[in-house]
Amino acid sequence: MLRLIKNLNNIWNKFKDNRKLFWDELEEQMVASDISINTTGKILAEVKKYVYSENINDIEKIKILLKKQIIEILKTDGGGDLKISTTPPTVFLIVGVNGTGKTTSVAKLAGMFKEKSKKVLISAADTYRSAAVEQIQHYARKLDLDIVSHQKFSDPGAVVYDSLEKAMARGIDLVIIDTAGRMQTSYNLMEELKKIKKVIMKKIGREVDEILLVIDSTTGQNARNQAELFNNSLNLTGIILTKIDSTSRGGIVLTIKNDLGIPVKLVTDGEKLDNIHFFDPEGFTESIFS
Amino acid sequence: MFDLLTNKFENLFYKIRNKGKLSPDDLDDALREIKLALLEADVNFKVVKEFLENVKTKAIGEKILESLTSYQQVVKIVNEEITRMLGSASSGVVFAPGGPTIIMTVGLQGTGKTSAVIKLASFLKNKYQKKVSIIAADIYRPAAVLQLEDMAKNIAVDVYSESNSNPVSISVKGTELFRKSGSDVIIIDTAGRLHIDEKMMKEIVDIRNRVNPHQIFLVLDAMTGQEAVNIASTFNQRVECDGIILTKLDSDTRGGAALSVYYVVKKPIKFISSGERIEDFDIFYPDRIASRILGMGDILTLVEKAEKVVSEKEAKKIEEKIYKNELNFEDFIGQLKSIKKMGSLDKIFSMLPIPDKNRIFKKINLDDSYLSRIEAIINSMTVEERRKPHIINGNRKKRIAKGSGSSVSEVNKLLVQFSKTKQMMKQFSGKKGKFNFPTGNL
Repeated sequence: MLRLIKNLNNIWNKFKDNRKLFWDELEEQMVASDISINTTGKILAEVKKYVYSENINDIEKIKILLKKQIIEILKTDGGGDLKISTTPPTVFLIVGVNGTGKTTSVAKLAGMFKEKSKKVLISAADTYRSAAVEQIQHYARKLDLDIVSHQKFSDPGAVVYDSLEKAMARGIDLVIIDTAGRMQTSYNLMEELKKIKKVIMKKIGREVDEILLVIDSTTGQNARNQAELFNNSLNLTGIILTKIDSTSRGGIVLTIKNDLGIPVKLVTDGEKLDNIHFFDPEGFTESIFS
Repeated sequence: MFDLLTNKFENLFYKIRNKGKLSPDDLDDALREIKLALLEADVNFKVVKEFLENVKTKAIGEKILESLTSYQQVVKIVNEEITRMLGSASSGVVFAPGGPTIIMTVGLQGTGKTSAVIKLASFLKNKYQKKVSIIAADIYRPAAVLQLEDMAKNIAVDVYSESNSNPVSISVKGTELFRKSGSDVIIIDTAGRLHIDEKMMKEIVDIRNRVNPHQIFLVLDAMTGQEAVNIASTFNQRVECDGIILTKLDSDTRGGAALSVYYVVKKPIKFISSGERIEDFDIFYPDRIASRILGMGDILTLVEKAEKVVSEKEAKKIEEKIYKNELNFEDFIGQLKSIKKMGSLDKIFSMLPIPDKNRIFKKINLDDSYLSRIEAIINSMTVEERRKPHIINGNRKKRIAKGSGSSVSEVNKLLVQFSKTKQMMKQFSGKKGKFNFPTGNL
């Protein structure tokens, strides 16, 4: 799964007599996991500080130092949960660039809450992509969930309004909104999302409970740019990291958390609808060194 | 794409140019900067390592002649290596002699295969007048077939699909059917799959063995990180790809995947896809990109873009006017509009062969709102004023400023710049003056 640093012991055995080469190799491995140069530099600088001041000469101790630094970045202090409103319906808005797995994540998230006996309604606000509505309808049928959808190319804001209206009338606990994929650089489409957010806030009279950015774990440094621009437009509350069953190592989440303070809340890892889990920073960090 | 790299390289070259000659330490510093730039742009770390070694070996090799490496040598070596990294030839699609050309697309989930298939179909249909058909072999993702059919309808291309069947037999039946019905090109759209999913990888091997496609394209998301080379290598090992379709280039990606994949897998990027519209699809020209990355501009693409919006006749007319010193604001606004049609200003300037672009453009801060402001000012002029700018006096300036929401000093500035440009154009009127317009802050 998500292994950031391959064969740390091997690197150590190979280079322990030449510290510079050891650090270079370690840096390379971290960058190879899509952690940015800056974040890598920051982590290694802290680790080196201890290693040299305490005169550490034991790879296991270096591992502990590395883990500590990584957990320090990833830890959420309880902020990793999904916010559930005391006045239903709770509203989750799901956003992201094209092809990251938004629609599948919406379905998985809906399934997760249905398991907890919550009444979930899906709002099919991707009115742009061909057959996006049919895809989410398929999942809604499979999970036996309420869904609100309009015609293709209709106003997504109207779909959202309609969804919330129906959710309130039917005593729904949770509304999950699927939006069309869009490049973070597209001004008009980002404005459209802002509008959707406004529609929700007006209807529920508070901030949107969760605005989650879906990021494909195979993405490189561009993911930071995605997080930054989506965050500028919407104030994200968290990230769903998808496709972690691939061989990519998802290191970019470290950079996003470090630079922007946006935590990963959920991870998804397969084709099945129950392949969704809460993100566990400690487990993630452990898995790096396993 | 590549903006970040271009910026870094331009800054680096600027820095070392001032030194003229590089000591071994200078060279190491420069290499360190290149390393960081490439890694930040998602170029695979192994590729970066090899790249640096090559540059260093070559630089040291040439240094034998003199004790120091000159700036030009470093730039030349880096340029050569970047070009080598991207490959040189661009071939687009090779059509099969006699009978239909069968193309299969493969790739991970969410890379944009279906959109790429539709764009490719439309491209081949319009550019080469081919009869294109598509086979829907993605039976896994809900509504994938529906998506394909829906999009194919828009470009009037036939789709073969089957429910309750398997992708191999769908592909076999589909190709037979389209072969009989006289298709020139048959494209098979397969489901997205992870390259480590053995069962799914075997499926595309089976399709390949049964259908024998002439071309297999890997569809790769341009935003892919370090893993891009492993993905490409694995797909290539399993089904022997002929080339790559790189998608989502409109994402402000740094293009590292593009730079790494050819280097490692030795398969060219054939097409790039860069937007939501079906026309946002083109043949990839590696040599043009290499010079763009190094801040040396991409004049060929710029000229092509310009030719699309400015006719030869129009250009001649303007040239004549420049020669006679009759250029007025009406011609000028026409040119402004043409420039706007070519794309955003950043995009156009990124293609110009001007050294140290960054430095210059940071200073003059050219953005699209600048053009809009100029346009607003000109639009607030009367027809007469536009034709005879010299009649614009104080009162007229006040009116124009008010009408365009600008100030008299802004109007003044534009008038001064305009007359300067006119003089300049007159001086250069032997050369083509198509794209000159006044620059500077309003």
